Amino acid sequence: MSAAPHTLLKPVIVGAGPAGIRAAEALVAAGLRPVVIDEAARWGGQIYRQPPEGGFVRPKSALYGFEAGKADAVHRAMATIRDRVDYRPRTLAWNCEERALDLLCDGATEVLPFSHLILATGATDRVLPFPGWTTPGVFTLGGSQVALKFQGCAVGRRVTFLGTGPLLYLVAYQYLKAGVEVAGVFDTAPFDAQARAAAGMLRDPATLAKGLCYVGWLRAHGVTIRNNVRPVRVEGGERVEALVWTQDGREERTPCDAVAFGLGLRSETQLADLAGCRFRFDAMDRAWLPERDPAGRSSVAGVYLAGDGSGIAGADAAEAAGERAALALLEDAGLAFAHERAATLDHKLARIAAFRRALSAAFPFPDDWAGAIADDTMVCRCEGVTAGALRAVATTGQAREINRAKALTRAGMGRCQGRMCGAATTELLARALGTGPDGVGRLRAQPPIKPLPVAAEPASGGSAS
Amino acid sequence: MALLQRVAERGRRVVRFVLDGRPVEALEGDTILTAMLTNGDRLRRSEFADTPRAGFCLMGACQDCWVRTEDGQRLRACGSFIEDGMRLVSEGEWQS
Repeated sequence: MSAAPHTLLKPVIVGAGPAGIRAAEALVAAGLRPVVIDEAARWGGQIYRQPPEGGFVRPKSALYGFEAGKADAVHRAMATIRDRVDYRPRTLAWNCEERALDLLCDGATEVLPFSHLILATGATDRVLPFPGWTTPGVFTLGGSQVALKFQGCAVGRRVTFLGTGPLLYLVAYQYLKAGVEVAGVFDTAPFDAQARAAAGMLRDPATLAKGLCYVGWLRAHGVTIRNNVRPVRVEGGERVEALVWTQDGREERTPCDAVAFGLGLRSETQLADLAGCRFRFDAMDRAWLPERDPAGRSSVAGVYLAGDGSGIAGADAAEAAGERAALALLEDAGLAFAHERAATLDHKLARIAAFRRALSAAFPFPDDWAGAIADDTMVCRCEGVTAGALRAVATTGQAREINRAKALTRAGMGRCQGRMCGAATTELLARALGTGPDGVGRLRAQPPIKPLPVAAEPASGGSAS
Repeated sequence: MALLQRVAERGRRVVRFVLDGRPVEALEGDTILTAMLTNGDRLRRSEFADTPRAGFCLMGACQDCWVRTEDGQRLRACGSFIEDGMRLVSEGEWQS
């Protein structure tokens, strides 16, 4: 790409979490004025999400615990560049084609052309279905954390924590600290997984120490922690009354009024898909991810990927990857960029990636779960599609891949576009077809990537066509 | 009975709204989801399965928290804030 005057560059960043903010900061430092688009009303992303403005009083130490310093630094970075970016909060980027984004803000649509695009779209909890998982009182782990951090609410009075991953112990710890009864922490990982992965996790002793602190605090307060758990069902029709679970074939029942649930995170890749990025199957994330080079370049010139939206690596990696993608953008645009800083970031990202491999060994995906889902269990929350319906289209030969299964069953076709059922649908079809999760294809994104109100109109007036 | 429990940030201004025809209170800065679930235990019934729903991800991904106003407007409860005088509905089935 040839050198262009600054004024001809229209860089756009989607996402104002740690990756998006650090990317914006680096572009501003180079004299550019990026557009920063974010769905939330305030910057910070999910991990460093800020409470709404007005009346909320908890200090950052209470909201973010050990990460308060990092959260504050990211928040301040954005506050510092606020006047030098075109910041668009409460704005959904719902499509990307021909080097322009379609936006929706306060009911009005807008087409925003870009010269360069940095996608820092983040992640949400990865989930698999079990009987009763749509019962009021079952929330994702991330959602349970949002309730506490963003609203000062607990999802129940007596909460069980189910699933695996660092968030399982972090959120349980945060609930206990907030004075909520933690009825149990039920980890799907085998008993010895974390012990076996300890050597790898020593690559980042500070993070390991924090994890051990959460577990230690929970144990010191008498919280039941079990490993190798699988859920049997949530009891209670109108709301959660108990979680029934098994460990090594023994069934137990834990009375509770809420279940916080998640199996690690899954990347939000829809915009990268619509931007035309090439995808590859990532065995560690068990998901199709947009290809990116170590600096964050996608397969499409001028489109960059940073943070958990293109592979799960956590908030520290997101900060580094956001800045690194911005430096790659500057380099590709023929502008001056800090070579040494880029090398430092490359080194940091490689180190975090090694730690992340150990983390995924400590909290492995329960790959037997999908095979054990009963036929009458609802897989797709939006359209009420059962596991049996999905298995049927596979075993009768009607669907050999996931998009055909979606067309036939409507799983993944509802409002969430497969965000909540995609992992389960993939695993179920793979089992039914006798292949791996990489063998059933990739659920393709469709615009709009989230539902739009019927009344949405162009911001500048004119016809809605 | 309330699904969500307030454990902090109780000192905010009171917001009055109507839920299923009954006057109730929330706090300024509450999402519609928080406002409804601190006054009840569901947001709506699923239009496909006739089961109660109360949201799931709370971060705008799962789309399971859409609610109705009395005049038929649809709002994503986790991403919209409660306002004085809103009239929200959690009972009855959706016509989709």
